[in-house]
Amino acid sequence: MTRPMRSAALRGLVVPVTLIATAEIAGRAAHLDSLTIALPSHIVVALAQALADGSLLQATAETLWAVLAGVALGTAFGLALGLALGLARPLDRLLAVLIELLRPIPTVALIPLVILVAGLGYLTEITIVAFGTMWPVFVISRSAILGVEPRLFEVADALGFSWPQRIQKFVLPSIAPRIFLAFRLAVGFALIIAVTVEITTNPLGLGNAMVVAQNALNPALTLAVLVWIGAIGWLFSRLLIIVERVAFPGMGSAVRS
Amino acid sequence: MRRVAWWLASLGVVALVIYAWHLLAAAAVISPVFLPSPQRVWTALSRGIQSGALTGYALQTVVHMFWGWFAASCAAILLGSIIGMSPTIQAYLQPSLEAMRPLPASATIPIFTLALGLNDGLVLTVIAFGAIWPTLLATIYGFESVDERHYEVAAALGMSKFDIVRKIALPSALPDILAGMRVSVTIALILTIVCEMIAGVGGLGQWILNAGRTFRADNLFAGILMLGLLGLISTNLIIGTERYMLRWKQA
Repeated sequence: MTRPMRSAALRGLVVPVTLIATAEIAGRAAHLDSLTIALPSHIVVALAQALADGSLLQATAETLWAVLAGVALGTAFGLALGLALGLARPLDRLLAVLIELLRPIPTVALIPLVILVAGLGYLTEITIVAFGTMWPVFVISRSAILGVEPRLFEVADALGFSWPQRIQKFVLPSIAPRIFLAFRLAVGFALIIAVTVEITTNPLGLGNAMVVAQNALNPALTLAVLVWIGAIGWLFSRLLIIVERVAFPGMGSAVRS
Repeated sequence: MRRVAWWLASLGVVALVIYAWHLLAAAAVISPVFLPSPQRVWTALSRGIQSGALTGYALQTVVHMFWGWFAASCAAILLGSIIGMSPTIQAYLQPSLEAMRPLPASATIPIFTLALGLNDGLVLTVIAFGAIWPTLLATIYGFESVDERHYEVAAALGMSKFDIVRKIALPSALPDILAGMRVSVTIALILTIVCEMIAGVGGLGQWILNAGRTFRADNLFAGILMLGLLGLISTNLIIGTERYMLRWKQA
């Protein structure tokens, strides 16, 4: 790390560290014994305990399973739809109104419907995550295909390529960086959607762990789970940005993360 | 001419899908408990609108969503202006803001519930907290990308800091701010629904949750349709406003 970078990172830490220290000192001075907020040190203790007894890791595994399965399905559907509509212009035009009508439906509005059909559990959560992550992947992959150099298709015509060959040799390689970007965004959405479904109704995972802690009037544990969710979200986005930089060097600067 | 023809054909596809839905429901391939016929949904929709029940719930959703979004936008533009005008404040605050942004806003509901209880205050707080980020970061970014020479001119004219914000920085950051506010509207609608489901303060979120729990699939579909309509209208309203306010850019 170079010197200006390090000092920038230090300056970024000043505000949060001051706030946390002030909260701790003020809370201790006032002998805080509250059912609504907790001392920072108590949050750390609650987090360590929940990690040590395995309950938090269990909840994390549940949420991540729903996130990964949902993202895999959502990306597959979104990519298939994006490829189909991006490559077949008449189909794109025919489905335009239908998609314009379906897309504004907020994903969370489907929670009661999916629960009615599939009951509480993984199936419901995965379905909703898949539906929610399908749209960004679809929109980005469709517009990526529309941006593919038209002369590549002329080359494919001249070479007498079949459609599967065209997709494999020309289309996928030229849209791969943007598909990965779509995937990265989808993972971020998926975590948000999964936690939302869990907080609303589904008795699974980290969202549910927060609701249970809240109902037990345990603010330290509630906040500890929130911090943990934030840390996981941050870790995932950092990890995917690093993968993106390695896999598609030179693309990172084009996208503001 | 061709575009109109394609659009009509596309509308025809929607009609076909609804007809297929009708056939599917009539053949009872999928249990009518889950999949009501289009006619039943239409009846539920018109009954809800005529009795005023559905429109009343929709109005509550609009009120929650609008005030939450409005509060978030005002706070975001104010804070964004302060942070954007001062590189020092920005250096100290930006990392914290970037770290908090990816936090799922719905995950703050249990925290705010402990502090505020289940009421309209909770709904507004959660919406405002979740919807503030796109506008806030867009405002900061917009202030950053103001042409340096504009500030030099302002300094030469001896303009006050307040005048610089009002006359130079805000107008040139406007496209970014409006784009941020458009994303915020979508987030506000999602959080409104989630909060209404959890807090039971009325609104379409509570409507669809109750419909699902009482196995009233017709009311459930009617509620989802209303929410889709709200999403469509709110996004198009702000896109229209954006075009109107930025009409000088196209010229």
